[in-house]
Amino acid sequence: MKFFVSIVSISVLSYISGIYLPWWGIAVAGFVVAVLLQQKPALSFWSGFIGVFLLWLFLAWRINAANDGILAGRIGLLLGIGKSPLLLAVITGVIGGVVAGLGALSASYLHPRIKK
Amino acid sequence: MRIISFLFTTAATVLLVYLLNRPLGDKVPMPVGNFLSPQTGFWQNAEDTAAGFNADLSFPQLKGKAEVYFDERLVPHVFAENDEDLYFVQGYLHAKFRLFQMDLQTKAAEGRVSEIAGAKAINYDREQRRLGMKFAAENSLHTMEKDPKARAVYTAYTAGVNAYIHSLKKSDLPLEYKILNFEPEEWTNLRTALLLKMMAKMLASGTEKDLAYSRLHQVFSTSQINLLYPQIPDSLKPIVPPGDAFAKPAITPVMPADADSAYFKEVPPVTAFEQYTPDRDNGSNNWVVAGSKTASSAPILANDPHLELSLPSIWYEMQLSTPQGNTYGATLPGSPFVIIGFNDSIAWGVTNAQRDVKDYYAIRFKDSLRNAYWFENRWKLAQQRIEAIKVKGGATVYDTVAYTVFGPVMYDESFRDTLTKQNGLAVKWTAHHTGDDGNTFYLLNRAKNYDDYVNAIQFFECPGQNFVFASKSGTIALWQQGRFPARWNNQGMYVMPGTDRRYDWQGDIPQVENPHALNPARGYLFSANQRPADGAYPYYIPGAYITPRASAIELYLRSMNHITAADMMKLQNNYFNIMARDMMPLLLSYTDTSLLTPGAKKYYDQVRSWDLFAGPLSIGQTIYQTWMDSLSTNVWQDELARAGFKVEMPAEETLMELLKKDSAAMGYVDNINTPEQETLQMQVTDALNKTAKMLAGIEKEGRAEWAKFKDVSVYHLLKEALLPFAHTGLNVGGWGNIINAVKKSHGPSWRMVVQLGTPTEAYGVYPGGQSGNPGSRFYDNAINTWATGNYYRLWMMNRSEQGDARVKWRMNFVK
Repeated sequence: MKFFVSIVSISVLSYISGIYLPWWGIAVAGFVVAVLLQQKPALSFWSGFIGVFLLWLFLAWRINAANDGILAGRIGLLLGIGKSPLLLAVITGVIGGVVAGLGALSASYLHPRIKK
Repeated sequence: MRIISFLFTTAATVLLVYLLNRPLGDKVPMPVGNFLSPQTGFWQNAEDTAAGFNADLSFPQLKGKAEVYFDERLVPHVFAENDEDLYFVQGYLHAKFRLFQMDLQTKAAEGRVSEIAGAKAINYDREQRRLGMKFAAENSLHTMEKDPKARAVYTAYTAGVNAYIHSLKKSDLPLEYKILNFEPEEWTNLRTALLLKMMAKMLASGTEKDLAYSRLHQVFSTSQINLLYPQIPDSLKPIVPPGDAFAKPAITPVMPADADSAYFKEVPPVTAFEQYTPDRDNGSNNWVVAGSKTASSAPILANDPHLELSLPSIWYEMQLSTPQGNTYGATLPGSPFVIIGFNDSIAWGVTNAQRDVKDYYAIRFKDSLRNAYWFENRWKLAQQRIEAIKVKGGATVYDTVAYTVFGPVMYDESFRDTLTKQNGLAVKWTAHHTGDDGNTFYLLNRAKNYDDYVNAIQFFECPGQNFVFASKSGTIALWQQGRFPARWNNQGMYVMPGTDRRYDWQGDIPQVENPHALNPARGYLFSANQRPADGAYPYYIPGAYITPRASAIELYLRSMNHITAADMMKLQNNYFNIMARDMMPLLLSYTDTSLLTPGAKKYYDQVRSWDLFAGPLSIGQTIYQTWMDSLSTNVWQDELARAGFKVEMPAEETLMELLKKDSAAMGYVDNINTPEQETLQMQVTDALNKTAKMLAGIEKEGRAEWAKFKDVSVYHLLKEALLPFAHTGLNVGGWGNIINAVKKSHGPSWRMVVQLGTPTEAYGVYPGGQSGNPGSRFYDNAINTWATGNYYRLWMMNRSEQGDARVKWRMNFVK
């Protein structure tokens, strides 16, 4: 449950930060949520990763669909990954996910070790 | 707490963010994190294809209100209450749809590309600055801002551009800024002046070959050079109908008494060269037919300027209206006004005059400080301008440029002049000292008749243009307009002595004596970069003239009657190769078929049955053109190589005209590097054999058809750097010497046909789209229409037509 709440919180916070802060606000979002909601480091990382991966993938996918893939196709060729908007959206999600995941992972070490 | 793990992962996070927040080098110049973020990066530039352009905008700079109606092609129809608001809105819209292009072009004009592209652009920047581009723009700006009305117009335009720039959030920046990682800079009136100087450089800087001729002169005599690069070809069809009398010249320039020795004999050895020269095919077609030759009895005007084809296009289509009048046509992002277009009473268009308005003077400096030079028997102080060139990722480069009475010293010891110490070459160029050239367009946009038109164009000084004109009242006219020096014979062909005033220009040709024609009996006028007048014109007017297109246009217009607008559109897309018409008989009759290889024999038979049209599927055109190129090399290369550097070969028509008179072409046909005497037959046959070898390979790759051979492409302004943003493989024929002058990525950048009846019927198209955003469906939507020779009907909207089905979006501007 905590895992799920973390994911949603990081997603929402990242989205809001994207409106006001530079792109790296997602790392801060992951960090803040992981401070507030204590989890094992691995789970913290994955909640940050999944939260922003899904957010960025969804946003990119939605923009791309409305754009009929005009721009993402061109950018894909420019970046050397071929004319594949979907692949570009996934790469976008992965990069966002890793950054937010690392932010959350960092914060998780501020908590005492969770003993089972 | 696990402090080590915390510190380690936090450091890793910060490092990753740092790496993703900065450029990763030349291949990936963008900060990847920001670029990929769907909320700030490139995804934000992917326009919703269903999205509209409606907006309610409020700016305190406005005096009243203005409405903009966008039609289905995203062409804005602007209705303002006064001039200042009109140009404010034009500036705003230019910026909204073309900001990057305006920013880049004016930075390039000023010699500031290194700020964006880094060290590789330093030489380009130095050349721009040493040519005096900014100096020239500052001089123009002075006049532009002296007149209160002009100042108000330019200032309103600038305010409009800046109003848009200031409204941008980082996530709204045009895509190119995100890729190259920089931000737009405020617009100024100076930048508008710089843009017009960029046009001057494009059109009136590459029209001289003074440095090349000076080097050729070490090997060839003046009469030989005049023969290789003749000024008045036999096939010339000038702008001024032959037989028209010219007025007695008001000024007779005098050759200095010592010219024979000091100028024609002792040309200083020159090593300097211009690296970034404009395309020599920057030319155009325009013509006009009188009501006597048209089906509707209304005059029809046609214009297609040939420039580098790019995305975004150099042109942006607009209607500009106030209660005082309506104007429609092609505008130039970065400048107010319509540049080529029509209003309720008249239509006008331009082609390049191709006149040489730039000369070089040999300067002798006192010492290596280059702050004094020998002039009128004493050391005269040179003003020095210190140019600071900022370089992305590097230290600022400083360059000191000396200014003489002639102009800036473009070449010296520190810049591409390796032969001479303490010497330099100063460049004198009409573009350095012009007034408000833009005023011509302000006035043309409002002109009602021939007198208004003549009054308007007199303000245009550089680049010299052929202004074609037609009015609803039935007048047709064509003036070559510009400020042109009155030269003595061969003045400025080579670098001139710069030690005194005697070799300076002695005055300008009076504007009223510029070649022009009004309502000729034959009922048509045309210009296509040919020499404007025949030998009867009383001035020496060198230039980089192009002859064949004008001959082809004349051929058609002469025989056409009951002309319709559709006929004129067809003519703009005509593929007839008039050069080949004259050359093919020579080529065929001088081929020794017994000496052809079997492969060459096949091409020989194929080209013999060619219809002389350079259509996209034509293989005959490919054979002809490559054969002709090969023959030119065979004839000229041996002699020109003696000059010791690469020099442009004489034009095809020069070779053709020479061979018609003399099959040895005064001895040039012989290869001087062999003991035997080559004949024309040997050279023509050998040229085809060589071509056949190359063509066999081309044919195997399936690229023998002319359009495939040419590989017609429209590139993004940043060319190879943004190759995926290009539109390649277009199926278009034509060539630089054919009316439809499409080369590889150069050609008709705007085609317009206007029939001045009631109502006006106008058609136009350009190879691009109204939006400069590669993420917009309006980025390149018109290219295929252009490529297939089709047009859009241009709609001069009436203010009362707001409810018309063509109106798709509306933008309201209020105070």
